[in-house]
Amino acid sequence: MLFAFLIATALGIAYLRHLFAVVMLAGMFSLLSALLLLSMDAADVAFTEAAVGAGIATILMLGAMALTERQEKPLKSSMLKRLPALAVAGSFGALLIYAMFDAPPFGDPFAPAQVHVAPYYIEQTAREIDVPNLVTAILASYRGFDTLGEVVVIFTAGIGVALLLGGFVFRERSK
Amino acid sequence: MQHHLVLRVIAKLLFAPILLFAFYVQFHGDFGPGGGFQAGLIFASAFVLHGLLFDVSSARQFLPDRLLQVGAAVGVLLYAGTGLASVLLGGNFLDYDHLAEAPTSGQHLGIILVEAGVGITVACVVVMVFRAFADHLPCLREQDW
Repeated sequence: MLFAFLIATALGIAYLRHLFAVVMLAGMFSLLSALLLLSMDAADVAFTEAAVGAGIATILMLGAMALTERQEKPLKSSMLKRLPALAVAGSFGALLIYAMFDAPPFGDPFAPAQVHVAPYYIEQTAREIDVPNLVTAILASYRGFDTLGEVVVIFTAGIGVALLLGGFVFRERSK
Repeated sequence: MQHHLVLRVIAKLLFAPILLFAFYVQFHGDFGPGGGFQAGLIFASAFVLHGLLFDVSSARQFLPDRLLQVGAAVGVLLYAGTGLASVLLGGNFLDYDHLAEAPTSGQHLGIILVEAGVGITVACVVVMVFRAFADHLPCLREQDW
C-alpha cells in the first residue's frame, strides 16, 4: 500500500512541470519513505528521514526554487532523441530487478548482513555499553569513527554552502 | 508574510516546545529512537520555522551568525576531543572505556559527549545553510506562489 503511494508520488514528480508542486511531492515522498521504514521497525532511520527529507530538505528546496524559476521548461527534444535515455534507464532497471532475485528474502536471519558483525553487537551491547538503544550504541561507540566522519562531512558542507552563498561573516582585522 | 496572523501565533507557541523536544531527543537517544543528529535537526527546525514567518534579523539578535560558525566547529572538536581524551587516558581513539572508572559508565559518558557534538554541529550547520538561502530571497509576495 505504502509502496503504491510511493510510486504514484514518484510518477507525479516526473510528470509535473510546476516546481512548487514537485517540491511538495518530494516532501511527501520522504514522509512515505519514513512510514515505510517505520513499518520495518527502523524507528531511528524513519525519524531521520522524516526530519531531513520531509522537513529541512523541503524548506531548502523551496528556498532554492525561489531563487530560480517556478516552472520547469518544457522539453524541446524530439521523441527519437529521448530513446537512448529510455534505453539506458530501462536496461538499468532490468539489471536491478535481475539482481533482486539473488538478494536474500526480506527478514532472512541468515542473510550475509545479519551474520557478519550484527550478532556480536546484539550480544555484547548490554555487557559492554549498557545502553538500551542498540542503534545509538553502534553509531556512537562501535562505529564511532564513521560517525565522526559524517559530522566532519556535515561541517564541511555547511562551510561550503556558507562560502558559496555568502553567509559567512569574517572578523574584521583592521580598518 | 505580514498578515499570516494564525501562522505567526502558532509558530510563537510552538517555538519553545520544539526546542524542548529537541533536548528530549538529544538526551533520550540512549533509551529510545533519536540522538544528536535528529535532535540537531529539530533544534534547527524551530529557528527555520521562525525564519519563515518572521524577519531573519530578529532571530540573528538571539542567535548571531558568528555563534553558529563557532558552534559548528565546536561540535566537531567536541567529538574529536572525546576521542583524543580516550587516547590520553590510555585507550584507543574513540574507545570510551577509559573515560570513567567503570567501562560502561565511560561508554555512557563518551556517548553523551559525542552525541552532544553531533547535535551542536548539525543544528548550527542547518540554521547556517537556511540563513544563507534566506538572505538571498527578497520578501516573497503572495502572488509569487
